[in-house]
Amino acid sequence: MIQIQGVHKSFGDLEVLKGIDLEVNKGEVVSVIGGSGSGKSTLLYCINAIEKIQQGKIIVDDIDVHAKSTNQDLLRQKLGMVFQQWNSFPHLTVLENAALAPQVVLKKSREEAIEIAKKELTHVGLGDKFDQYPKRMSGGQQQRLAIARALAMKPDYMLFDEVTSALDPELVGEVLDTLRMLRDDGMTMITVTHEIAFAREVSDKVAFFHKGVIEELGTPQQVIENPQKERTQQFLSKVLH
Amino acid sequence: MGFSLFTPLSWNDTGFILTGVLNTIYISVVAIVIGTILGAIVGFVRAESNKWVNMLLGSVLDILRSVPLIIQLILFTTYVGVIGYPLEPFVAGSIILSLYTMAFMSEVFRGGFESVPKPMQVAARSLGMSYWQTLRYVRLHIGLRAVFTSWLGVALSVIKDSALVSVIGYMELLRTSEQLISRTQQPLEILIGVGIFYFIISYPLSLYGKHVERKMAL
Repeated sequence: MIQIQGVHKSFGDLEVLKGIDLEVNKGEVVSVIGGSGSGKSTLLYCINAIEKIQQGKIIVDDIDVHAKSTNQDLLRQKLGMVFQQWNSFPHLTVLENAALAPQVVLKKSREEAIEIAKKELTHVGLGDKFDQYPKRMSGGQQQRLAIARALAMKPDYMLFDEVTSALDPELVGEVLDTLRMLRDDGMTMITVTHEIAFAREVSDKVAFFHKGVIEELGTPQQVIENPQKERTQQFLSKVLH
Repeated sequence: MGFSLFTPLSWNDTGFILTGVLNTIYISVVAIVIGTILGAIVGFVRAESNKWVNMLLGSVLDILRSVPLIIQLILFTTYVGVIGYPLEPFVAGSIILSLYTMAFMSEVFRGGFESVPKPMQVAARSLGMSYWQTLRYVRLHIGLRAVFTSWLGVALSVIKDSALVSVIGYMELLRTSEQLISRTQQPLEILIGVGIFYFIISYPLSLYGKHVERKMAL
């Protein structure tokens, strides 16, 4: 379970998160929507301890993410993260990309790490690309590689930060299909996304962010189909046309 | 039959020239190895540190890079001699040539470390890799590939710059040839020969470099 309690986050004088409260239960899919600059991506970075917070608490399975005593490298093993840019390691093949962290971080043997990598890559539909270098693949394939690479660490949670935003429109579908598959596997996920239709379809909860606060939180039916707040209505009418 | 102070070049001189060749290779390898190791460390520190540390390190490196090597060699050798620690030409030459190499290598490596995009490092960290694991398995690989050509360029110029160590008395290729010239009075043949030797030492390296570069292209 991920508990976000009164989180404030600033970059210098600019306060990006102004008191965020959110709970994500095991097996839930929570989508975070909102305009750019609303702080949604920053929240994911704070959950993963990539960014520090100034106030509040984030607790992942009873671990206080930002406590001094927390081993954040260890914590990140629980939290898979995929970014807008896929960031494939260019010097490694697809298989090596996915096998690196299990081998280096989890100290698996090379054979074991490769076994895990093969399984996850096949799962996301890259079973025929093991020996390719990422640069020869499309953005959609590289993004699926990034997902498999994160899954190879057997995380308990997956954080997706606008994973389709940098993709050509025709490649968005294959990545969303991969996310649907993860939901069907029962993975707990937080997805920051601009794909409103997708958020409505897969989410248990939707949080609408506006200027660093959660303006509206509820089921997709509540937030997307029947928004109560004016700002949510404005945002949705803009993105849904 | 006239008497002459000069004796022409002969096959007996081959051994003498070869000693010069080997000494050139020797001091170049020493300077490249030490310069690379120190340069990698300094380059890493510069890539990772704040602007004050960078300014401090940068100004020291600027001095090493800007003062002509020949002046550094003479100043250093004379100075350590004056204060009572005279050094062998090889030792003094190695120290200065290594530091000089380090100054250039540090910029090469700094560029390499900085060439790895921050988001890629964040992605590696998000997989649970520690700072050092990210450095070891991601940044080093990508950075070194990016700078290999520049590294080789510096290494090749060090081989040529090593000729300057002749001024402090190290018997490398150029000094060997100077001695032969004063004995034989055949500067043209000897200097052409020496030029060819430098070419023979450097060219295979540069060919090999191109080969490696093609193989490593990302």
